[in-house]
Amino acid sequence: MTGTGVGEILVRLDHVSARYDKQIVLDHVDFHVHEDQFTGIVGPSGAGKTTLLRLLLGTLKPVAGTLTTEPDLRVAYVPQLETVDWNFPITVFECVLMSRTHGRRLPWASAAERARVMSVLDRLGIADLAQRHIRELSGGQQQRMFLARALLREPQLLLLDEPTSGVDVSTRHDILHLLGDLHEDGVAIVLTTHDLNGMAAHLPHLVCVNKRIVADGPPAEVITPAVLEETFGARMEVLEHLGMLVVVDGAPEIRTEAM
Amino acid sequence: MDVLFEPLSYAFFNKGLIVATLSGALLGFIGVFIVLRGMSYIGHGLSHSIFGGFAASQLFAAQFYMLGAGLWGVASAIAITTVARKGRVGADAAIGVITTASFALGVALFAKFGTSGPSFENALFGSILGISIQQIIGLVAVSILAAVFVFLRYRALIFSTFDPDVADVSGVRVARLEAMLMIVLSLAILATLTVIGVTLVAAMLVIPAVIGRMLTDSFGKMLAWSTGIGMFCGFVGMYASYYAGVPSGTMIVLVGAAIFVIVLAITGSRGLRRSAGLDKHHDVAELAPVVTR
Repeated sequence: MTGTGVGEILVRLDHVSARYDKQIVLDHVDFHVHEDQFTGIVGPSGAGKTTLLRLLLGTLKPVAGTLTTEPDLRVAYVPQLETVDWNFPITVFECVLMSRTHGRRLPWASAAERARVMSVLDRLGIADLAQRHIRELSGGQQQRMFLARALLREPQLLLLDEPTSGVDVSTRHDILHLLGDLHEDGVAIVLTTHDLNGMAAHLPHLVCVNKRIVADGPPAEVITPAVLEETFGARMEVLEHLGMLVVVDGAPEIRTEAM
Repeated sequence: MDVLFEPLSYAFFNKGLIVATLSGALLGFIGVFIVLRGMSYIGHGLSHSIFGGFAASQLFAAQFYMLGAGLWGVASAIAITTVARKGRVGADAAIGVITTASFALGVALFAKFGTSGPSFENALFGSILGISIQQIIGLVAVSILAAVFVFLRYRALIFSTFDPDVADVSGVRVARLEAMLMIVLSLAILATLTVIGVTLVAAMLVIPAVIGRMLTDSFGKMLAWSTGIGMFCGFVGMYASYYAGVPSGTMIVLVGAAIFVIVLAITGSRGLRRSAGLDKHHDVAELAPVVTR
């Protein structure tokens, strides 16, 4: 089972297993990331979504199988907002600039670097917040800041851990549209999420994970009650509304009760 | 004005003033990284550990006791990191065992054999007496080393302090950078031990950095504030020590504590909010990514 993208393969996992201590978290997973990939990894908590991202990042070694990465691949990673120390003393500008660790080593930004940072912030619509402390941003602005930090590296592959977690519906749409634009520009994107409905509406390719890859493909093929029950271990109903798939969790079981 | 100039007529005070001012600046400078990484406890442990090396080195190689104590401190830092990374013992426990055992050894050696260098009390609480030119040169050298290290690795240090996992995948060698920081910390503690004292060095790593954090939301400005406040504490504390007739380390720390109270009164809830979470302890093993690429 692989990603359905086309073009050159950037990262490939063949029969890969991963574990923390002695507990297997992913078991014999095959997953290929192509240069035009735009994929959402969905699954319940503890299913191995973040582990799959860590394998793609190279911060976790497989205990079995092979992990192959294209030489000199530029990968950027956007962490979960919940894991960030929002009290850390940095401004938005400083946060974005910190990813520029190659080349110039001086503490302060050169004129070219300053222009580049401001250009990325401007593209993401937060240039006017450059001198604000990171704690003063809204959830959507915080996500954009980390996207800016990632984009400054001009990545070929962008990995995001729960980018739509903890933001409102409008911000979620903005973020997913923004990722769509980046994908159009040629950046391969893989993200994890709990947000089935958002993914079904915006992403061309989904992977359902629960210790193994349960299913992958376009949302219309993957978002089915059978696949979702196998992935999440719970009954879910899938409705179609104005051509869009809508997942309703906690679908009632049919019961016959004695009156 | 005589109050300010009278002590300067004594050579020992001049040396003490230079060392105390520079020590305060150095500890304030390094302290920013230690505090923001939640490594205050490591600083505290290392200073106690180095005391053991200080005592042992005087017995076996009196002429090179600073070098011996430095190597002891670096070895302790590596031992703490190694034990914690193995995962069988937490960083807290590793620091607790290794550094307190080293400190106890130092106390035992002092009690049994005495010392040819600073007295037991002076080593614990700091003294302005007996500071040699070699010690001043050593402190200047460590200060330059720390400044060059931070200057050349500034962005990588901020990145790995703020977000070690992402820094690692972005090409920063986080584990190596952390090891270098531990070595610089060990050398800074060693170089400032004479004036500040073993038991009070940790306070000077923490107090200026916390005050700096209360004053600003910018990393660069926090670094400048912390260095300046550390320098001020060393300078004023040394004068206060001279006139009060108490160990220099105690007065330097008390000046820092007084500034903390003043800044807290001025900044109020904003200062408290800024400094909230600075005492969060990071496990050493947690700070390093699982695998580097």
